[in-house]
Formats: sequence, structure tokens, C-alpha cells
Amino acid sequence: MDESYIAVNQVSFAYPTADTTAEQIRLALNHVNLAVRPGEFVAVLGMNGSGKSTLARHLNALLLPRDGTVLVDGMDTREEKQLWAIRDRVGMVFQNPDNQIVAAVVEEDVAFGPENQGRPPEEIRQRVAEALAAVGMSHMRERAPHLLSGGQKQRVAIAGALALRPACLVLDEPTAMLDPSGRGEVADVVHRLNRELGMAVVWITHFMEEAALADRVIVMADGQVQLEGPPRTVFNQADQLRAFRLDVPPAVSAAERLRAEGVPLPEGILTLQELVEALCQLRSAT
Amino acid sequence: MNLQAVTIGQYFPGDSYLHRLDPRTKLIAVLLLSVAIFLPRYFPGYLLVALFTMIAVALSRVPVKFILRGLKPIMIFMAITVLFNAFLTPGEPLFQIGRWAITREGLVLSAVAAVRLVLLVVSASLLTLTTSPILLTDGLERLLRPLAPLGVPAHELALMMTIALRFIPTLVEEADRIMRAQEARGADFRSGSLINRAKGLIPVMVPLFVAAFRRADELATAMEARGYRGGTGRTKMKQLAFSGADYRAWAILVLFTVAVVGLRVTGRG
Ligand SMILES: Nc1ncnc2c1ncn2[C@@H]1O[C@H](COP(=O)(O)OP(=O)(O)O)[C@@H](O)[C@H]1O
Ligand SMILES: [Mg+2]
Repeated sequence: MDESYIAVNQVSFAYPTADTTAEQIRLALNHVNLAVRPGEFVAVLGMNGSGKSTLARHLNALLLPRDGTVLVDGMDTREEKQLWAIRDRVGMVFQNPDNQIVAAVVEEDVAFGPENQGRPPEEIRQRVAEALAAVGMSHMRERAPHLLSGGQKQRVAIAGALALRPACLVLDEPTAMLDPSGRGEVADVVHRLNRELGMAVVWITHFMEEAALADRVIVMADGQVQLEGPPRTVFNQADQLRAFRLDVPPAVSAAERLRAEGVPLPEGILTLQELVEALCQLRSAT
Repeated sequence: MNLQAVTIGQYFPGDSYLHRLDPRTKLIAVLLLSVAIFLPRYFPGYLLVALFTMIAVALSRVPVKFILRGLKPIMIFMAITVLFNAFLTPGEPLFQIGRWAITREGLVLSAVAAVRLVLLVVSASLLTLTTSPILLTDGLERLLRPLAPLGVPAHELALMMTIALRFIPTLVEEADRIMRAQEARGADFRSGSLINRAKGLIPVMVPLFVAAFRRADELATAMEARGYRGGTGRTKMKQLAFSGADYRAWAILVLFTVAVVGLRVTGRG
């Protein structure tokens, strides 16, 4: 518990509704527990409406828990005087790349965060240069965002979060609106930040292959954490995943069907490559 | 209609003396000039103001056709002003058209009104032609900042302009996309009566507005997530700085203002 950077303890949350028939309140989060350790890459999976975004917004005090607590670097998100300190530590990137870029020039947008913090111009410049370099967008710093590709816009949004020098980056379905090449671009950048800067990452997605690369996977349904563990363990619970209406990774379901047909494949196959290797081994063994 | 062709403002990128001036200098200059345009009474005063404006046009190195293009939208307005002045000013009649007469005094007033209007529009166009919208926003914010204690929302206005600059192209793109999708389904935005065409736009405007409200909501959340807490305590990465060019411009502006006021006060211009 003490080693976690973000600690979500028994958090429940309900959105305010028009009719307040008290007992009928639908919990968007229902006693959720989650720990994010420094430098860890956590993927959060779950179908639409399972509460992923609601959880994400609790991690930097955009929403405050109705019950339970969220601690960021030891600070309770409900304490108002720590609000800005918390937002400096947990950067957030959203789904729609168009709706999170504020300024009409890339570098001015990246500067938005440190400008809010009231940093001296020289320091802002340096932070902007570093953040753009970290996402490989330095050469486009004077471009107009609307002329960039989806993947590039999303990298600008990541740079905007990085300029605050957060210890943790929360990305809420950052690839949902991108084409496959844009998805790869964004995933590569975030994995590099995680590896090279030791930045903790909470990556919300509904793409299995993206979650497969995480250190740990959380599966949400109905506002609750249903499954949790390393990708290999979680993805091999194919029946459970189907119960939560999630796709089973193609390699896992192929292996499952082959096993059902009597092919003696080992447990824990996750990627297509592993499946191919296992099949080749079987073949050379016979 | 290709909506992509719509540009915001009319910035004409360049590196002329006017381009290099600080946006605050240019804003003040346009303000002074628009007052100066209304000061003269006699020909020498008008000549001075017109010369000053023409020299500024020359210094901007913006092709004259771009500047004239800025006059197009006010042509109708100008025609009406000229006609009203020509016909409705009492005085010595020159021509008679039915029971309406054009008077000598009317012609003079018309000419004066036309000259003033043209100079006003040209000087304002020069500002937007030689200053990028972003610098213009910065300049405006810096000039208005001292008025913040009086309740002028300098930072908020500048932020609104920034966001507008950022989102106008996005919304234009989106409108274009929706229109094309509607056209593919048989909608017609090009022909028919004005009323029918306007009606045809409703299916475009509604989704556009719905999307714009969602965008605004998401943008506000994203801004909060990046620590936005209003204008107080905020700094800017890009600082505006006056240079030698600005000091020279100030000197010229002072001389110009003194000359215009002097002509007026001494009754010579
Ligand atoms: N702004 C809101 N107002 C009311 N209800 C909301 C709001 N946002 C989400 N919800 C509801 O909360 C639940 C969880 O939503 P969300 O966290 O957005 O899920 P996810 O991100 O996994 O799709 C859903 O039932 C959704 O309808
Ligand atoms: Mg969501």
C-alpha cells in the first residue's frame, strides 16, 4: 500500500441525476480499489459505460469520490488546497485529440500547462522543448494543430501533459479515434516514456493488443474491478472476459479452439507469435 | 463553396517594417489614426491623414489588391452613405432628379464620408494584414491588462480569441464534412430560393452545434486537467518586447498627431 503512487481505496461515485429517488442511484463506481506503483504500466479494460472514464477522472481530482479516498503521492484529492499539486503530478490525455488542444500553434498549446502554473518564460520554453522532444514533435512546434494527423495531435496532447512534468500519465482511450498507424505512434511514445523516464502510466483502452503490453491489466464492469493481474493471467480467463463482453485476444481464442479440438497446446498463450511458436514446437516434437 | 478557403482574419505573412512592429504599437497606432481621420476640417488635414495612411500601406509591402479586397464588404454601406449625404444635405442644388436634388454641400459631405470610411477600413486592414492573429491576441491582452481592475476581462477575452482561432478551422472542416455527407444524400445547398437554401442548412447547423457544445465541455475538462485556474498568477511563454522599430514608430506617431491636431486647432486643416 505505502509503495503505491496513486491509491484508490473503496471509492464509490454516482453522477448527479435529475430525479433523486434516493435508492435508485446507479453507481458509476462501486467500491473500487486500485493501486498504481511508481513507474508501473497499468491497462484498464472494460466495455462502454463500465466506469473507466469515471475512474480516470478520480485520479487527478476532476471528480471527487462520494465514498472512499483517492490518494496521489500521499495527498487526498478531496483536500482543496492540494488540488493543483495533484494535477501537476497526474497528467491526463483524453480520447478526442481535437477537443484537448487549446492553442492555434503546437508549442503554445504545450506551454498552456506551465503557463497556468505561472512559471517564468525561460523555464516554460525549456519545458516545452523537452516535452515536444519526448514525443518526437519538435520539428512541428510552429504548426497549426488542425493540420496534424490524429496520431500527431494526440502526441501534442501528451506533450501538453508532460510539460507539467507529471509522475503519472492517465490516458483515457487515447487511441480510440485514431487509425492503426496513429494508434501505433501513440502507444510507442507512451511505452518509451514509461521505459525511459520511469513514468507511471494508466492506459485505458478497449484494444486487447494494447493492454497485452502492460505490466498489469484491470478489467472493469458495472463500476467494479472484476479482474486484475498480469496480462497473461487475465487474458487466459477467456470465459470471464466474454462474460464482461470483452473480446478475447485472437491468439487466445484460437489456442482455446485448438485445445478443444484436441491439440495439446500449453496454457498462457497470449500473442500470435507465441501461438506460432507453440505450434512449431508441437510439430517438431511429433 | 469550398469552406476550406475561408481563412480567419486576413494575415498576409511577411517581414516588412510594419510586420516587425510590436502588436501593441500597431493597435495604438490604429486607434490614434482612427481618431485622426475624423479631426480634419479642410483639405490640408485630409491630405496629411491620407498621405500617412498611404505611406503605411507602402511600408507594409502588402500588395494593394489585398488591401482593396478589404474594401469590398463595405461597398454597399459606402454607396448608401454617399447617396444619403448627396441627396439629403440641404444647400445649393446642382442636379435635379424628380423632386430630389444633389447639392454642392451634399457632394462635399459625400466625398468626406467616403474618404473617411476608406481610410478607416484601410488602416484597420493594415493591422490585421501585418499582424498574426496570435500576436494580435497577445497585444490586445497586454494592452487591456491594466484595465482589469476596472472589470475589463482582458485574460478571458484573449483566451476566447485563442480558442476561437484554434477551433474555427476545426468547425469549418466539420461543417464541410457534414455538408458533403448531406449532399451525397441529395441535399442541395447551391440552388433554389434563399429561404430553401437556408432551410437546407438546418440539418448542417444542428449537428454542428451539438458537436460544438460537446467540444466545449471536453475542452473545459482538458484545460482543468492541465491546471487552468483563470488568469491570475498565469505567465506567458512568449513575451512581447518593444524594439528600435517601435520607438521610431512612436516618434512618428507623436509628430503625426501633433500635426493633425495643430492644423485643426489653427483652423488650417
Ligand atoms: N456526465 C455524466 N452524467 C451522468 N452519467 C454519466 C456521465 N458520464 C458517465 N455517466 C454514466 O456513468 C457510467 C460510467 O461511465 P464512464 O465512466 O464514462 O464509462 P466508460 O468510460 O467505461 O465508457 C455510465 O453508466 C454512464 O452512463
Ligand atoms: Mg470512457
